[in-house]
Amino acid sequence: MSDGPSAELFPAARRKALTGWGRTSPTFADVVVPMTREQVAAAVQRRTERGVIARGLGRSYGDPAQNGGGLVLDMSGMNRVLDADLETGVVTVEAGVSLDRLIELFVPFGFFVPVTPGTRQVTVGGAIGADVHGKNHHADGSFCDHVLSMDLLLADGTVRTVTPEDDPELFWATAGGMGLTGIVLSAVVRLIPIETSLVSVDTDRTRDLDEIMALMAETDEKYRYTVAWLDCLAKGRNLGRSVLTCGEFARLEDLPAKKRAKPLHFKSGSLVTVPDLVPGRLPNKFTMGLFNELWYRKAPQHKVGQLQGISPFFHPLDAVQEWNRAYGKTGFLQYQFVVPFENEDAMRTIVKTISDAGAPSSLTVLKRFGPGNRGFLSFPKPGWTLTLDFPTNTPGLSALLRRLDEIVLSNDGRFYLAKDSRMDPSDLAAMYPRLEEFRAVRAKVDPDGVFVSDQARRLGLA
Amino acid sequence: MKDALGAPQSLLILGGTSEIALHTARKLVDDRVRRVVLAGRPSEGLDRAADELRGRGAEVEVVGFDAAEPDTHEKVIDGVFADGDIDVVLLAFGVLGDQEADEQDPVAAAKVAQVNYVGGVSAGLASVKALRRQGHGSLAVISSVAAERARKANFIYGSSKAGLDAFAQGLADKTHGTGVHVMVVRPGFVKTKMTQGMPDGPMATTPDVVADGIIKGLRKGSTTIWVPGQLRFVFSALRHVPRPIFRKLPI
Repeated sequence: MSDGPSAELFPAARRKALTGWGRTSPTFADVVVPMTREQVAAAVQRRTERGVIARGLGRSYGDPAQNGGGLVLDMSGMNRVLDADLETGVVTVEAGVSLDRLIELFVPFGFFVPVTPGTRQVTVGGAIGADVHGKNHHADGSFCDHVLSMDLLLADGTVRTVTPEDDPELFWATAGGMGLTGIVLSAVVRLIPIETSLVSVDTDRTRDLDEIMALMAETDEKYRYTVAWLDCLAKGRNLGRSVLTCGEFARLEDLPAKKRAKPLHFKSGSLVTVPDLVPGRLPNKFTMGLFNELWYRKAPQHKVGQLQGISPFFHPLDAVQEWNRAYGKTGFLQYQFVVPFENEDAMRTIVKTISDAGAPSSLTVLKRFGPGNRGFLSFPKPGWTLTLDFPTNTPGLSALLRRLDEIVLSNDGRFYLAKDSRMDPSDLAAMYPRLEEFRAVRAKVDPDGVFVSDQARRLGLA
Repeated sequence: MKDALGAPQSLLILGGTSEIALHTARKLVDDRVRRVVLAGRPSEGLDRAADELRGRGAEVEVVGFDAAEPDTHEKVIDGVFADGDIDVVLLAFGVLGDQEADEQDPVAAAKVAQVNYVGGVSAGLASVKALRRQGHGSLAVISSVAAERARKANFIYGSSKAGLDAFAQGLADKTHGTGVHVMVVRPGFVKTKMTQGMPDGPMATTPDVVADGIIKGLRKGSTTIWVPGQLRFVFSALRHVPRPIFRKLPI
């Protein structure tokens, strides 16, 4: 007798409320946690007419990993590393393996994930579904540029191994396809080699938006990792004042002698957990203004070659578990868009509009994208991207965001589907010109719309 | 689907010519609602309402629905949900009756109860079944302050709304934790065609103000809303007035 889950035994579904990381718009679905490929396939077979969607660690801000009234497969149980080549850094992992786990396992062998978003608590399946990007987009592209192959469970119950060479259509429909083409069961990912687990960081503080944009345009080419934090509450001549951090993984010879003994040391973990007790009105323009002021002041004017660990450089917020609770029960939303370089004046208009409205965004992040890939719904394209967090109870937020929507749309910009929780469905086709190609592929592989999410219903994605 | 700011995209109105419901629909269409279903007895007024909402950019369907025919309700409502999710159902049908005349005509009086209460029970249950299947959505039930305590001046209407109100409260508690939100709306005297010719009651309000209250309540997930809000306190007091005095009050 074994107590472990058997492949035949179908895990019980639990009806529960799901939201995204922003904790808005809950819907109820039957959640199953499959542990094997067979269980995933069995669960998909037992779906109702409300369909099924895969969910990872729930870090999308809105509703792409929810499926009201239907089935949601919590893929976090599919978390095995199936194969790893420690010479080349090519690993085969199940879709529920998190980037956190990959980093923890492979940094000691001298490999880092090719792309990481601002949190490492995302799964490989989710990273493919959203085609996530990181601070190195201008140098390395987005996550799916480093995926060599994936095993995809299709609506008809078959499993297909999809590579960009053999089946480019299905591969690039799935890359950034928000889980609507099938369920990623496993993927082959190429990691990048590193000599040490420390990042050599250069920091610069700039007085205003023009200065940061000029500085980033100039320095981007010199560094693999760059990002700026921007104070969107600052006004007047301080409008858009920023802190720019640029980094490269340190080489062995960059380390002080005492650190050279264990150059690839890495320890995951967090410091504290936010309790679910924060009143919704706490993040407001006064507290956020104070926070932004302190964050700006604590940054050095100019500093070169500071050695930082992976966590503080890539994932500072992961130190605080459940940090989304800091926005209170009413939740928050993240607003991320990209506008092409040729329309960069739109960025100035937007930052000024937000500052004038006094809408409190704490961790506003500015970044330059390099060329995009062939993903039909992949977000990055050459231009500036800005990411803002707003508590949903901010007065006048809906009207403010609509003004920003208009500026983004009329400047050939677009929104990131992994962050979206409120965009106007009628903007979608203009923002994603390859939407029809995506729909055509999906109609071919999933004609009955088996794979569906709240976001897909809200936006009419598929 | 409702978005992160609580704006719905689709709306079903049971009692498609209700002025309160149409004011609510206009405001929601001006926000994010794109699909509106008007359910009611076929009439010119219903078609006019549909055309007006189409003019504001919504896709509007008109479906036949008779509140006095409970055995048809589930089929009509299931048909609407089969064509796509509904984020908000407004249960807005109701008749006022004529108190003085109805007291002399028991069958006419029973008709008020049949529409307002009996129809509300079957339409409410059918709506909640469909909302539960999709795992999300709100049902707003238009009750009345008249439901709070029966008055001699309109107890036939008042008692039918009292039944509907109590039913909706129980339904709200039963569905709590299933993703379905049920909200009771208790407007005071509303100046509409239903109350035309009657003298304005104290703290009279308009369908537009009630619509604002409904939209705010839907966004906040309220269980009960009063319009205007002060009526909550007025009726809390009235409820506890001793019968010998209450009976003599000119209300």
